[in-house]
Amino acid sequence: MTATHTELVPFDQALETYDPVMGLEVHVELNTASKMFCGCSTVFGAEPNTQVCPTCLGLPGALPVVNGKAVESAIRIGLALNCSIAPWSRFARKNYFYPDMPKNFQTSQYDEPICFEGWTEVTIETDEGPQAFRVEIERAHMEEDTGKSLHVGGATGRIHGADYSLVDYNRAGIPLIEIVTKPIVGTGKYAPQVARAYVAHLRELVKALGVSDARMEQGSMRCDVNLSLMPKGADVLGTRSETKNVNSLRSVERAVRYEVERHAGVLDAGQKIVQETRHWHEDTGVTTSGREKSDAEDYRYFPEPDLVPVAPSEEWIEELRASLPEPPAQRRGRLQGEWGYSDLEMRDVVGAGALDLIEATVAAGATPTAARKWWLGELARRANDTGTPIDGLGVTPAHVAEVQALVDAKRINDKLARQVFDGLVAGEGTPEEIVVARGLEVVSDDGALTAAVDRAIEANPDVAAKIRDGKVAAAGALIGAVMKEMRGQADAGRVRELILSKLG
Amino acid sequence: MSDGISRADVAHLANLARIDLTDAELDRLTPELTVILESVAKVAEVAAADVPPTSHAVPLSNVFREDVVTPGLTPEQALAGAPAVEQQRFAVPKILGEDA
Repeated sequence: MTATHTELVPFDQALETYDPVMGLEVHVELNTASKMFCGCSTVFGAEPNTQVCPTCLGLPGALPVVNGKAVESAIRIGLALNCSIAPWSRFARKNYFYPDMPKNFQTSQYDEPICFEGWTEVTIETDEGPQAFRVEIERAHMEEDTGKSLHVGGATGRIHGADYSLVDYNRAGIPLIEIVTKPIVGTGKYAPQVARAYVAHLRELVKALGVSDARMEQGSMRCDVNLSLMPKGADVLGTRSETKNVNSLRSVERAVRYEVERHAGVLDAGQKIVQETRHWHEDTGVTTSGREKSDAEDYRYFPEPDLVPVAPSEEWIEELRASLPEPPAQRRGRLQGEWGYSDLEMRDVVGAGALDLIEATVAAGATPTAARKWWLGELARRANDTGTPIDGLGVTPAHVAEVQALVDAKRINDKLARQVFDGLVAGEGTPEEIVVARGLEVVSDDGALTAAVDRAIEANPDVAAKIRDGKVAAAGALIGAVMKEMRGQADAGRVRELILSKLG
Repeated sequence: MSDGISRADVAHLANLARIDLTDAELDRLTPELTVILESVAKVAEVAAADVPPTSHAVPLSNVFREDVVTPGLTPEQALAGAPAVEQQRFAVPKILGEDA
């Protein structure tokens, strides 16, 4: 049973006595159109049990067949993580009785995973500046996702105290890749940041590969955190706990920190860590005991008789290797150099999810500075305000490049450009069409401008007098008056010229 | 495997498979399973080094589907055999002490 309650030991203090050892298991849901072993759709958010068939419901006589695209995605993930690809691998049945799988087993891989023995590297900020940590990958294997249970009665939504459960099998059978690290040692006090950086790195990697949406908030990427403590200087691993379903980057970091503090408290009190699964509570930032590892862990794996082995040819593997995208960190470095952004600017761009958009906008003809200005200044704000992803506003890189071209041609100014973006978000057509339809074009007719300038001078004789006396800075007030009269549709530079030429 | 299987092994496997066996059934099944295991072990004896281990009866690999969506069942069809249905979902008894 769980150890009696012990006090947490503050993180820094725990690190004086112990070295944390982590193992991270990340499940990535692939973005294939159909499921792993049948042709059911994988679209997120459908009505319950509308994307099911005899195969994923485990009905008698159904014959599963492997989705070739999922195998390709698995191999590409493996290659991107510097894994060896097994020339021969097979599926296995993992037998258990939880009702989230209607078959009473999950089709997975056991002794012959498709990808094994890889590594990757993550960089974090340390007291001594950026430092790279190498993470060894044990394996990446193919399996299928489970259904979703809704627990009814008792404490709402939770298993304990539930009276019964309602199961939706739409998700059952969606292809998953489980990526398992070897024990990560030597991270010391940076363990929480390394864990977070690793999961962030995987997310970026699978997105760059185009094999998963990796939306942690929708559960298409999930992380289990294994943690143990070793007394400093020891070389035997301690007993570990396995915290399940830690589903945001911030939570990964917090869960590692919490478990370090908890383990240290138990060990300092002279007690033993119980090997068990634990639940992470996002709201309170603590873990609680799940079930102990025991008989329930005996899954009686055996080779799946209904699926023949997967034996990727050398040629296929090399073809996939040759088509891998540039690694994300390398690409960021290259683009930052090409665009001349500062580290801070680059971080903002990446954080806003605008890297691809800016790259495409630059390719469409805008300067990197202009592309960043519109995407981060104008469009990221709108995305935030409306809770829309920045690439879901209805504004394309080509649009942004066209808006900037209109500004460069002095047909609109920055202020009017904002109204063009309003039109784009509202779906009113192309920037050119919006400028025409909304009548946004700046007034380039000097006659109209001159008349407005004359009226402004007449209405503000004191300001005009100052300018005549050489106080050119005062021209701002007159420019403002003219711009107001022109409803913003004037080139402020030209207005200034006209004022100064009249009063100079 | 030729060492046979103990009564405790059979009880353990029955527990994992959620099969409730009586003492009398355990007494009967243990020697029966031992005979089966011994018979299978004989096959292993005749398999020379030139016979590779295999998990499949057919000499096939790489049987793949195209990643194409095909029609499945309607929810009515899917739920037709369910003992209980609620909110278009399969209603199942609560799960005690287990969590996948």
